[in-house]
Amino acid sequence: MMGEFMQAVIAKYNYWIYITLMMIGLYAMIAKNNLIKKIVGMNIFQTAIILFYVSIGVKKGGTLPIVEHGHGAHAHAVHAADYLNPLPHVLMLTAIVVSVATLGVALALGVKVYREYQTLEEDEILARIREK
Amino acid sequence: METIISIKPLLAVLVSLLVTPILVSSRASNVRESWTFVAAGLKFLIVASMVPAVLHGSQIVYTIAEVFPGVAIKFRVDALGMLFALVASSLWIITSAYSIGYMRGLDEHSQTRYFVFFALALSATIGVAFSANLLTLYLFYEMLSFATYPLVTHHQDREARSSGRKYLLYIVGTSIGIVLPAMLVTYNLTGTLDFSMHGVFSGTEPRATIVVLLLMLVLGFAKVAIIPLHSWLPAAMVAPTPVSALLHAVAVVKVGAFSVIRVITGVFGIDLLSRLHLGTLIGYLAAFTVIVASLIALSQDGLKRRLAFSTIGQLSYIVLGVALLSPKGLIGGMTHIAMHAFGKITLFFCAGAIFVATGKKNISEMVGIGKRMPITMTAFLIGSLSVIGLPPTGGFFSKWYLVLGTLQAHQISMLVVLLASSLLNAAYFLPVVYKAFFCTEQEAMFPNTVQEAPLWCVVPLVVTAIGSIVLFFYPTIFLNLAKLAIGV
Amino acid sequence: MSAHYPTLLVTVPLLSAFVISAAGWVNKRWCFPIAVAALGVSAYSCVGLLLKVADGGVVHYRLGGWPPPWGIAYYVDQLNALVLCVVSLAALINLIAAKKSIEREFPEKTAPFYTLYVLFVTGMLGITVTGDAFNLYVLLEIGSLTGYGLIAMGDKARAPLSTLNYLYMGTIGACFYLLGVGYLYIVTGSLNMADIAHLLPPLYHSKAVLTAFIICLVGVWVKMAFFPLHGWLPNAYTFAPSAASSLIAPLMTKVMIYVMIRLILTVFTPQFAFGTLLVSKPIVWLAVAAIVMGALLALKERDVKRMLTYIIIAEVGYMVGGAWLGNRAGMTGAILHIANDALMTLCVFLAVGCIVYKTKGARFEDIQGLFRKMPFTMAGFVVGALSIIGVPPTCGFFSKWYLISGAIQAGQYGFMVALLFSSLVSVVLFFRIFEIAYYEPFQDHHGETHTHHASLMDEAPLGMVVPLLIVAAGLVVMGLYTGGIVSHVIRFVIPKGLV
Repeated sequence: MMGEFMQAVIAKYNYWIYITLMMIGLYAMIAKNNLIKKIVGMNIFQTAIILFYVSIGVKKGGTLPIVEHGHGAHAHAVHAADYLNPLPHVLMLTAIVVSVATLGVALALGVKVYREYQTLEEDEILARIREK
Repeated sequence: METIISIKPLLAVLVSLLVTPILVSSRASNVRESWTFVAAGLKFLIVASMVPAVLHGSQIVYTIAEVFPGVAIKFRVDALGMLFALVASSLWIITSAYSIGYMRGLDEHSQTRYFVFFALALSATIGVAFSANLLTLYLFYEMLSFATYPLVTHHQDREARSSGRKYLLYIVGTSIGIVLPAMLVTYNLTGTLDFSMHGVFSGTEPRATIVVLLLMLVLGFAKVAIIPLHSWLPAAMVAPTPVSALLHAVAVVKVGAFSVIRVITGVFGIDLLSRLHLGTLIGYLAAFTVIVASLIALSQDGLKRRLAFSTIGQLSYIVLGVALLSPKGLIGGMTHIAMHAFGKITLFFCAGAIFVATGKKNISEMVGIGKRMPITMTAFLIGSLSVIGLPPTGGFFSKWYLVLGTLQAHQISMLVVLLASSLLNAAYFLPVVYKAFFCTEQEAMFPNTVQEAPLWCVVPLVVTAIGSIVLFFYPTIFLNLAKLAIGV
Repeated sequence: MSAHYPTLLVTVPLLSAFVISAAGWVNKRWCFPIAVAALGVSAYSCVGLLLKVADGGVVHYRLGGWPPPWGIAYYVDQLNALVLCVVSLAALINLIAAKKSIEREFPEKTAPFYTLYVLFVTGMLGITVTGDAFNLYVLLEIGSLTGYGLIAMGDKARAPLSTLNYLYMGTIGACFYLLGVGYLYIVTGSLNMADIAHLLPPLYHSKAVLTAFIICLVGVWVKMAFFPLHGWLPNAYTFAPSAASSLIAPLMTKVMIYVMIRLILTVFTPQFAFGTLLVSKPIVWLAVAAIVMGALLALKERDVKRMLTYIIIAEVGYMVGGAWLGNRAGMTGAILHIANDALMTLCVFLAVGCIVYKTKGARFEDIQGLFRKMPFTMAGFVVGALSIIGVPPTCGFFSKWYLISGAIQAGQYGFMVALLFSSLVSVVLFFRIFEIAYYEPFQDHHGETHTHHASLMDEAPLGMVVPLLIVAAGLVVMGLYTGGIVSHVIRFVIPKGLV
């Protein structure tokens, strides 16, 4: 029983890694007091999902999905099993762009907050707001 | 039965709305007030122009939009609706005149707003009268609630604010909290909300469901002020008197009574209710209200408050008459809408005239007032007689039918209630008149010179008082409409 | 031309964003007309699409001519045509109404504001029109990122932090959605919604599909501020500039509800969502909690704008609950309420925008005597309020009718009671405002108290009041057309299996 479970864990280690990373990110976003640490957590969280997507395109023994001779490759059959699935990887290019953009907006907001309150610790900021 | 499709009902509803932009734009009070008269006159003419067709047994129908499968926002002018619309639209003309006298006499603020919302309220009232189904009725019922709020709270002071809250709590609270779910359950059970002689139910529904829905729909229309949902009415008396007169003797409360009649005759149907013996249930509620309200009225010193409790009692006469489920009782209840309207509006006009002329609000301060305002107090006497139900006034007529109705339905206890309450009515009205005219020189609180309220106030109350008497001799139109409404 | 409506409505505002931002360097006055023109084209295309798909029929559009499942497909049926119309029209009207306040609140930043504005609308329209699950994620993030930008331009002290909190939550929501799509991709190998729907049925009992559905759902819930995931919303919307809050408040949550309904109806099937999964009852109870808590939290607020944000949370509960009742009436009510709620939220937020323009704030002290000072604004506000309360003939009543009908048919009386309760609480909420605006004397900035008799009308500019009154009138028109909308549009959306 235990053995089967361990086997499942090891066989699908990519899932466990992404889940662990996700939880680390989520923990930082919820538990950290510093706004930048939260942003870092957010980025880890996003990266975890990117890793997940990247890992699902991988095949054992697969190679880069570049078919030699391009259009003229009818001559010999292409075995899909020999190639990695490129689609999730392409999707992740977009997702990476999105995550960078989000990071940029978040950092810009962090700067604005810092200018207003001269601190990035959330409890200190909240205390300031309450004082007003 | 012939069905005529015509836009007239919609016009009758909208005609007062159409003048509101002009009212808003106009700063000159004379222009504003002549528009009010034009609107009121047009409304009455449109309503009256449909009378011949209705008396021939036709129905005038106009559909605005079908909003749910099987339920449309739709007008249908039938005899009962016509009866109510005639009363409301004719009295609006008179009240407009009275409003001008009263508002100018007291130099009230925000008169433009006042006239605009008055027009809106009348639109809603006619809308209720001509509704073809419960949804349309509910729509205009709600519109009336919100249109009358600024009228009730016209003075914008603390008292108005707390009365306004009470008004909303009772009226809107019940309509959203009770009527709306009852209506939805009815719709989901039957798939229709159209009023019809036989009701919307198939009769196979469990008795408990019918009882609960009936109670919800009768009590939920809190404008009818059945105890324990009555206390908004005395509170609403903070409004200027013309508002109390038209809205709380004619439009608002009668809309409540009218809705209850529709619920009993159109939604449940006389057959179903008499088969399940549910008329008596409503009858007892109404009878209780009649007696208790009359007793409370006895102890009120504020003239308008006494009138308010009298109204609560009289409204339950209407409900009681209809709940008897006998033809004569139904006729009595329906005609009582008209008869009581003329009587009660006279009384309110008198109360307002007294206030404009002397600034007095309490009955104890009105000893000997008959010598100063003889015309007003004579009209007050006529109004009282009508409400008590004595000849030669219209009130006698409807009460006579109510009494016959109790006999027809073999409800002797209801008969006793009616007679007892008539005595109570006499007990709370006649002393006012007596003290006004017959008092010693020492008791009199007013100098012995005749000084009436402004003409704009006096003429309307004379007209309605004469109207009450005329209705005793010529009740035909209302009687015929009521007979048509119940199909005899 | 009309064949390209689906792409025009997204690409025109998208490209105009670049033009606006360039025009801002040359002459700031050009930005506004360009934005209006771009959203005008969008709105025109959306209305064209709705007319095209009404009474049955759908529009498939292949971007770049690539056939699905390889290319991105735009798929327009009655459901998203309706939402598209509402989104584009609301955005257009709000843009016109907001011109004055934008120019006054940040005269230096009008060009960036208009750029973000049209990009946000692009995102919302794109989410609605796309038939591709991953494309939806990208557009969702376009909408969200621009939304953060718009909100952060508000109150200098409070807006950035509120936006940052919104950003954390928004990112979590979007990532959850993306993760769910990943699971769907693993099991089906497709990202096209119609294709996924076609491939899924044999896999309904797979745990991966279940996980995908739940994760997507939670992600969407975060984005729509469904109780108890609503924490980010009140601050973000309160501290946003009025022009932004009257754009984002009506659209963002409603579009996310559209996504949820799309997931239930198209990607998965009602049989799966309501039958295989036994979660509809608990979700309806969550919706009940959302409605009740939204109403109660709104009672506590002493600021009109903030109070309205809690009403939005309650309204989200209406729609989620309605959709999960699992019957035709409830689903009809939820879809109808997307349109109605967007319009009535727009109406009240526009009114608040007018008030803030004149009084510099919408706290309860600021609104004293407003019925006298700004009668037309208040008239619009009253109509919006009556619609939220659910008074006929305003449209709010009719969708509430369907929702309650659905609750009765499903035997979910708790949901029915919650709806009635929130109507009653709304009466209290709004009449409390009306009372202050009606009874309490207006105190102007010199501290003088004016009596009732003084007449000092001081309305917001015509450019703000007229759009408000148009929307207010629209609420009544929508209400009267309920029958038409349901029979020509919504009826076709709901699968026959759903009774």
